[in-house]
Amino acid sequence: MTSDPVLVVEDLTMHYATRAGPVRAVDGVSFSVERGQSLGLVGESGCGKSSIAMTLLKLLPDNARLVSGSITLNGVDVVPLSENQMREHRWDRISMVFQAAMNSLDPVYRVGDQIIEALEAHSASAPRDAMERVRELFDLVSLDPSYIRRYPHEYSGGMRQRAIIAMALACEPDIIVADEPTTALDVIVQDHILREMQAIQRALNMSMIYISHDMAVIAEVCDVVGVMYAGKLVEFGPTAEVYARPIHPYTKALMSAFPSVRGEKHDLATLPGEPPDLLDPPSGCAFHPRCAYATDECRTSIPPTAKHGDQWATCWNPVADVDSE
Amino acid sequence: MNGSSGISNPPSRTLISAVNLSKLYPVSEGWFRRDRSFIHAVDGVSFDLARGETLGLVGESGCGKTTTGRMLVRLTEPTDGQVLFNNESGDLEDIAHLKGAPLKNFRRRAQMVFQDPYESMNPRRTIFDTVAEPLHVQKIGDHSERFERVSETLSMVGLTPPSSFLFRFPHELSGGQRQRAAIARALVMNPSFVVADEPTSMLDISIRTGIMQLMGELADQLGISYLYITHDLAVARYMCSRIAVMYLGKIVEMGETEEVLRNPVHPYTKALLSAVPVPDPGADREPVTIKGSVSVPVDPLPRCRFYDRCPIADDFCRDNDHPPLEDKGAGRLAACHKA
Repeated sequence: MTSDPVLVVEDLTMHYATRAGPVRAVDGVSFSVERGQSLGLVGESGCGKSSIAMTLLKLLPDNARLVSGSITLNGVDVVPLSENQMREHRWDRISMVFQAAMNSLDPVYRVGDQIIEALEAHSASAPRDAMERVRELFDLVSLDPSYIRRYPHEYSGGMRQRAIIAMALACEPDIIVADEPTTALDVIVQDHILREMQAIQRALNMSMIYISHDMAVIAEVCDVVGVMYAGKLVEFGPTAEVYARPIHPYTKALMSAFPSVRGEKHDLATLPGEPPDLLDPPSGCAFHPRCAYATDECRTSIPPTAKHGDQWATCWNPVADVDSE
Repeated sequence: MNGSSGISNPPSRTLISAVNLSKLYPVSEGWFRRDRSFIHAVDGVSFDLARGETLGLVGESGCGKTTTGRMLVRLTEPTDGQVLFNNESGDLEDIAHLKGAPLKNFRRRAQMVFQDPYESMNPRRTIFDTVAEPLHVQKIGDHSERFERVSETLSMVGLTPPSSFLFRFPHELSGGQRQRAAIARALVMNPSFVVADEPTSMLDISIRTGIMQLMGELADQLGISYLYITHDLAVARYMCSRIAVMYLGKIVEMGETEEVLRNPVHPYTKALLSAVPVPDPGADREPVTIKGSVSVPVDPLPRCRFYDRCPIADDFCRDNDHPPLEDKGAGRLAACHKA
């Protein structure tokens, strides 16, 4: 397969300035997303997955500081761009589906008008063409066209999330960043939306970054997966391989703590301790206080990134190797 | 334990029974209007919970599982039906409409753990104040006895050493620790029945397992019965020996957890199960066969609640009342004309 990356992120580091000092929300993260590929970022709350999403779109709060790194979108590094220049890329090339669908629509405007507004801001299309496009988009996300002229409160949770997805697709972006798009939804609605998003992504050959805490959702929708812990990517690789043979002890622990409704009922593992405070992360490997395989080396020095087949992980004592001994 | 009693039906193993429990909420359509509509939040729900047993109540949002739980601990008064509680003396007592002193007395035996540990605690009170509150309300013990009891309960839920947690405020605790404190508050009275309403759904996966295991151990040690409310079938699989699946205020299927998950009978249970994603990239799930989404049961028509979405419904289902929950063999109960 020839490489055609839509997005290349290198050594991305983003801190939030607080009175107590910098919070290292994203800490030296590198990855790339190929055209038509879906990447999953999985991790627990506070591991920096949403911060990465906000950084990629450069939608950061005032106290956030991009310390280093580059974000190359279709060959253009967007990090040095001004807000005005960035606006040309946002929606057109990279768009986002936010976590709280309920809050991302303006309650006093009709949903169709909100999508038209986004369209008009980014292309010089005539109002009639814009309306036509909204109709197409509603069709794409399986929303009844009669809802174009309705207000957000008339939509159910699942329909609102569909409208948000329609809006993200409006300008035919190369890549969509979806941050927990189905977390607030019931399983049956989640199932419909996940299937639709996958179908749309394939049909348009679009790339997708899918952020979730749910290992099962990531397993179903993503080609490649990145596992995050304490602001760092600790493991990365094709989803099938990472799930079949986790290398990092944290990945392994997450897998064995995750209950499933199908298959053998295995004992759920408990991970001791709590995720670290990113104001003052532990020395060496940030996972060492909770890691069953930790050694002195892990406590003192930052682990290297090593390749294991198609996967890579940052760990001194990769479990896949430990187990095979 | 409990003294012998003359009542043999239901058996004394049963701790609490819901009998035809209903809760209707009026939908107001303006002032001075008499002909009001009602939301049938819970509609004729019956089940027994044995001593030391954990029954899971599962379903999507709005199916009535939380309302059912709240009625069993009398935080919500049922519109109709009975809640029979097997009290210490072995008598069956209908607690559905208790008031005053008898209700306060019932609260010693039945407690609730809420979903969100960030919302269920007063941010301006210390963990000691929060956990000691039930003792204070029930006027149990003096200060030093309460101190003793609270410390004991905190170590029981894994907040050790208790001295380092007693005088902290909720914001100084992590989510998992807060939920442990919330469990301590429920257990400080030594109840025999606890309704746990999604106690782990706000917690991260690495913390969640610890809380699930803690609740399981406490049930074994103290002989507590749980009504475990969850939307997550995978969590129910690990916590509950039996589950009841609710849809629009009705129990549509009930049975041994593993049995129900392996071989669901009701079309709604089947759909719910096939919609749950599996943490295995190679797994192929059957597509979900039902359409639409959950509606609100305002004055529902006298037919199966699942009729509009059911893939196997026919004219019989349309013309007949909601099917009763009946035995479909091997102890499995389901409410379906077709199954």
